[in-house]
Amino acid sequence: MLPQATGHAVGSASKKPMGTSESPKISLVTTSQRVPSWQRSFFNTDNAFRGLMLIAALAILGIVGLIISELMQRSGMAWHAFGFHFFFGSEWDPVSGGFGALPFIYGTIVSSLVALVIAVPLAVAVAVFVTEMCPKPLRKPISYATELLAAIPSVIYGLWAVFILVPLLRVYVDPWLMKYFSWTGLFAGPAYGIGMLAAGVVMAIMIIPIISSITREVLVVVPQPQREAALALGATRWEMIRMAVLRNARAGIMGAVILGLGRALGETMAVTMVIGNNPAIAKSLLAPGYTMASVIANEFNEATSDLHRSALIEIGLALFLLTIIVNILAGLLVWTVTRGTPARTNA
Amino acid sequence: MPKGQISLRRQLTDRFFTGLAAGLSVIVVCALVAILAYLVLRGAGSLGWSFLTQTPKPVGEAGGGMANSLIGSIMILGIASIFGVPVGIGAGVYLAEYGRNRLGQLVRFTADVLNGVPSIVIGLVAYGLVVVPQRHFSAFAGGVALAIMMVPTVARTTEEMLLLVPHAVREAAFGLGVPQWRTTVSITIPTARAGIITGVMLAFARVAGETAPLMFTAFGNQFWSFSANQPIAALPLQIFTYAITPYDDWHRQAWAGALMLVMLIVGTTTLVRFVFMRRMLGGAR
Repeated sequence: MLPQATGHAVGSASKKPMGTSESPKISLVTTSQRVPSWQRSFFNTDNAFRGLMLIAALAILGIVGLIISELMQRSGMAWHAFGFHFFFGSEWDPVSGGFGALPFIYGTIVSSLVALVIAVPLAVAVAVFVTEMCPKPLRKPISYATELLAAIPSVIYGLWAVFILVPLLRVYVDPWLMKYFSWTGLFAGPAYGIGMLAAGVVMAIMIIPIISSITREVLVVVPQPQREAALALGATRWEMIRMAVLRNARAGIMGAVILGLGRALGETMAVTMVIGNNPAIAKSLLAPGYTMASVIANEFNEATSDLHRSALIEIGLALFLLTIIVNILAGLLVWTVTRGTPARTNA
Repeated sequence: MPKGQISLRRQLTDRFFTGLAAGLSVIVVCALVAILAYLVLRGAGSLGWSFLTQTPKPVGEAGGGMANSLIGSIMILGIASIFGVPVGIGAGVYLAEYGRNRLGQLVRFTADVLNGVPSIVIGLVAYGLVVVPQRHFSAFAGGVALAIMMVPTVARTTEEMLLLVPHAVREAAFGLGVPQWRTTVSITIPTARAGIITGVMLAFARVAGETAPLMFTAFGNQFWSFSANQPIAALPLQIFTYAITPYDDWHRQAWAGALMLVMLIVGTTTLVRFVFMRRMLGGAR
């Protein structure tokens, strides 16, 4: 493929010898009378092309700028009405016009943490198994399966959770948790099936692919001699993984986990369908809750007052800032591990 | 070292953790299989000719389909691609060919930030940017929302794929007197073409299933609509609408729609994986 492409270029270059606009030496002679020299040196095709690409690149900055200004502008009304108290008030009453976002912030954070608790061991196990343990022919199918999990849309996870997962939780899991773990206070009934736990479980399945694929990337970067050294000292395979691989990849795995957290915080559809949509702060994970993303999804189209709409957009702004901070933190952690290694060995 | 010198405890620990990792991996694969199996079991029965040709019927009437949602999804995705793909590829070219500077760093960082913005927030922004000035929901607004989501993915994969092209290829072109823009357009981009297409298709597959950004933009529609200026149905929206109703008929439709959507997305990603990825890797090495 490569030689072909190059050959094509040679052909086109020889067919069209460097003409007026492309070669400065010739154009100096032919156009110096018509075009001032500063223009000739600046307005050439190369710079035009570069400018066009620059515009596309700047569009990305523009989009993010627009997102921020749009959210800030349209949430101004709620900000002026409630100020910082907006984030600490727990009353959400669109009818009388009292808006506090605390139940949603609480629900978002708690459901995401539940998802992390479930997803992290599974995702790290998959990554370790695929990179260090499993027989070679199994490697591709397993990583393909986890990637496929990432391709399934959120709304389909929601559908599956509503009809399969929630009944399963209600009939089998919730009663069991209530029987043996009610002393923690986290699993107080009644068991509806829907609630924080259901949301956490379905989000866990959704964030496993991202955590495990980044963990895999980080594990691969750990230098091979580290592994060989540990094995040469008589370590078993698990001891080698624990001492030579996981310890070195610690920060990167942490980054992968936080990236998963960022994904979970903004998750909307699946959560909206199973969390129960009740703006109350309950200690029990079996109780229905509400998240920032799902309150926007549920109420924005039905919001009648400008203040209500503005309050929802302010929740959106808070969610935006929260995910950005989390993602930047994660990016830094992953970068500390993978930096220094050549991005592509064949480049 | 002979096996006998490793204590039994250490051997058992090793076995235990190997088994644990294998077991947990099996659980993850089972979750995938369970989801796909239920989709096929529940969806295949209702996925027939009428499903692909009819619009939704009111509650209680049997039959009906999601043909208008399918058309709607295609239109929204088309609009999204028209805006999102050129900007994404352009930004990717800038990053790969001219982006070794402060501005490049900033754009790269911003693209990653944009990639992490929750889709519902993108929906809110598209609502403010398009729906409010237009004063009504429209397929166009939905397309804009999805385009915003496509840009960072396309840009970053394009950059990565262009950087895969060996520098010697560019130098060969420069050596023949080809200007830089011509090198990029006629040599670098064609060489990385398969990879760039992969990135575009993956971004496409990712936004094809998005529901949240369409709720306040495309809004949904129970009838045929072919206008970019009108509210329009979309497959993921329709699945959501049906799933949260209490009617068995509509649940069946939701499953069938979900099966179709997954086949579309998984089909796209699998195709990309097996056709383009292989060609790309073969081309660059």
